[in-house]
Amino acid sequence: MHSVIVSHLTKIYGKEKKVAVDDVSFSVDKGEIFGLIGADGAGKTTIFRVLTTLLLPDGGSASVGGLDVVKDFEQIRQTIGYMPGKFSLYQDLTVEENLSFFATLFGTTVAENYELIKDIYVQIAPFKNRRAGKLSGGMKQKLALCCALIHKPNVLFLDEPTTGVDPVSRKEFWEMLKRLKEQDITILLSTTYMDEANLCDRIALIQEGKILSIDTPANIIKSYPDVLFAVKATNMHQLLQQLLRYPERLSSYAFGEFAHFSFKGTPDTDGLVTYLEQHGLKEVMVKTADITIEDSFIKLLG
Amino acid sequence: MKQFLSFVRKEFLHVLRDRKTLFILFGMPVVQILIFGFALTNEVKNSTIVVVDNAKDLSSQAIITRIEASRYFQIEKNLVGSKELEAAFRTGEIKMAIVFPAGFAESLQHQNTAQIQVIADASDPNTATTLTNYVSSIIRDYQTEMNVTNQLPYRIQPELRMLYNPQLKGAPNFVPGVMSLVLMLVCVMMTAISIVKEKENGTMEILLVSPFKPIMVVLAKALPYLLLSIINVITILLLSVFVLDLPIVGSILLLFGESILFIITCLTLGIFISVKTDSQQTAMLISLVGMLLPTLLFSGFLFPIENMPLPLQVFSNIVPAKWYYLMVKSIMIKGLGFSYIWKETLILVGITLFLLLISLKSFKIRLA
Repeated sequence: MHSVIVSHLTKIYGKEKKVAVDDVSFSVDKGEIFGLIGADGAGKTTIFRVLTTLLLPDGGSASVGGLDVVKDFEQIRQTIGYMPGKFSLYQDLTVEENLSFFATLFGTTVAENYELIKDIYVQIAPFKNRRAGKLSGGMKQKLALCCALIHKPNVLFLDEPTTGVDPVSRKEFWEMLKRLKEQDITILLSTTYMDEANLCDRIALIQEGKILSIDTPANIIKSYPDVLFAVKATNMHQLLQQLLRYPERLSSYAFGEFAHFSFKGTPDTDGLVTYLEQHGLKEVMVKTADITIEDSFIKLLG
Repeated sequence: MKQFLSFVRKEFLHVLRDRKTLFILFGMPVVQILIFGFALTNEVKNSTIVVVDNAKDLSSQAIITRIEASRYFQIEKNLVGSKELEAAFRTGEIKMAIVFPAGFAESLQHQNTAQIQVIADASDPNTATTLTNYVSSIIRDYQTEMNVTNQLPYRIQPELRMLYNPQLKGAPNFVPGVMSLVLMLVCVMMTAISIVKEKENGTMEILLVSPFKPIMVVLAKALPYLLLSIINVITILLLSVFVLDLPIVGSILLLFGESILFIITCLTLGIFISVKTDSQQTAMLISLVGMLLPTLLFSGFLFPIENMPLPLQVFSNIVPAKWYYLMVKSIMIKGLGFSYIWKETLILVGITLFLLLISLKSFKIRLA
């Protein structure tokens, strides 16, 4: 049962005819966590805004919970939860005031759906009389999530919910999303963090308005075509320079404390080590790398 | 309805928690009234003048005593020569000179007419006009008095009564002016900014993606400012009655009715601006330049509209503040009833409906 269906969606902005979303199609199952992964400006927010009925598509169609985003926008607005990329709560209202305002706005009360937000709300409850603007980044996101959830939506749209949030809060945030998934709420989210991609059921890698690949994170990693090596040496900068000039190079780029490297033909690690040591690099170490979503993404970007 | 009330409550919280907004809302009207009332007045007090009395007779002395008694003038010294007089004007020591010719009383008694030379420093034309008016009225007063006792009437000049403002107070003109100015600022700018703020902060996105009707968002935003503006009107009226001693001659109820009408006009203007702009700065700039300036220039508050070139006179008709200013003056100062201002009221209602229609039509239920 598809909860969100997007087919051949296109969105063009302004007089310069900038194509923000280019013939995008995907579908999200009920109770699934679906991630749109891509850099800033890839078109993630535009897709969200079309799905939340805030923007009209220029081509193609989309539906949420079986309702068309253009024709049935009023009904869709009753059934979805949306958390925009920018922190979108009232900074001068307290935590409690924000929550009860959004509850009333959606025609419900905090008490009615407290069960749903309980896990999250207990964490911010100690600060309920504090103004939203004075909360930390992580707290703000938790409050925003509470506000988006308070009317028990069928589909939840989270636009970069963890941007600017510390690693601990991010981890907690994801644990909450897992719990919401158990409640059969469909979650569509976007992120620029590659490590969060692994936590989604399925992901779509998106670049310049086009979807490069849609699959489960595991399958995307599995379908990586090359053997990838992690190379390390004392001088990282020099290492990258030399890797670039290596005749058998297919690709190379910095990846944390290592450089990731793949060969054009059959891998010859000994040859690579000799080459690097001849060019003045010390403590050269080569091992097979664990392929990550980021590697797949870099590969897809070509 | 519950949604609407909760929204209105939220708006009040926004206003009450923002000190800057609070200051603009309630500080500005008070400050403006006081500044206009005491500092920027057209009244001329204690102006230094010179009297050259070449006659030194009963009549001239009588007039000089009257001038001395008036609080408008400070008689500096008795200069004699015209050269000294010129020098005193040049340095700005004196604002006006009154010269009595020799044989002033004689001429008055025998020929029934006499002349006084009044020279004013017209580099500041407003002050000069005011001063000469004061002197003329003092002289006329004396003349009238003389005519009562004398058998032969002296030459009677047309009496110029200072209609509606016999003491030449500045307040009657500027209180209605400040009222239209403050309401314009508070309603237009505040409403526009508060709606655009939601757009800028991204909260509009959530409001739109909610079952709450977008048009209700706008109405809920405008309502608190309507109430706050009514408080402003009350403040200004209290100040003008109790601090500036300017009584409200006409019906207070009518005054409030017309004020609420003007507030609604301003609110729709604010909504219109907010629909058309996306940033608080733009909204503020448009409100200030587009609304405040025309209000100052074309309401007749600072500059008489009759003196303007015809195109500007025509333009002044679409400035809502002009009509409100006229009505407030009619009610507050002249004490006229509704039958005298129904035309202005109708025009203002027309402007309001027009603005409301176009802002509702151009209100977006989506982001773009």
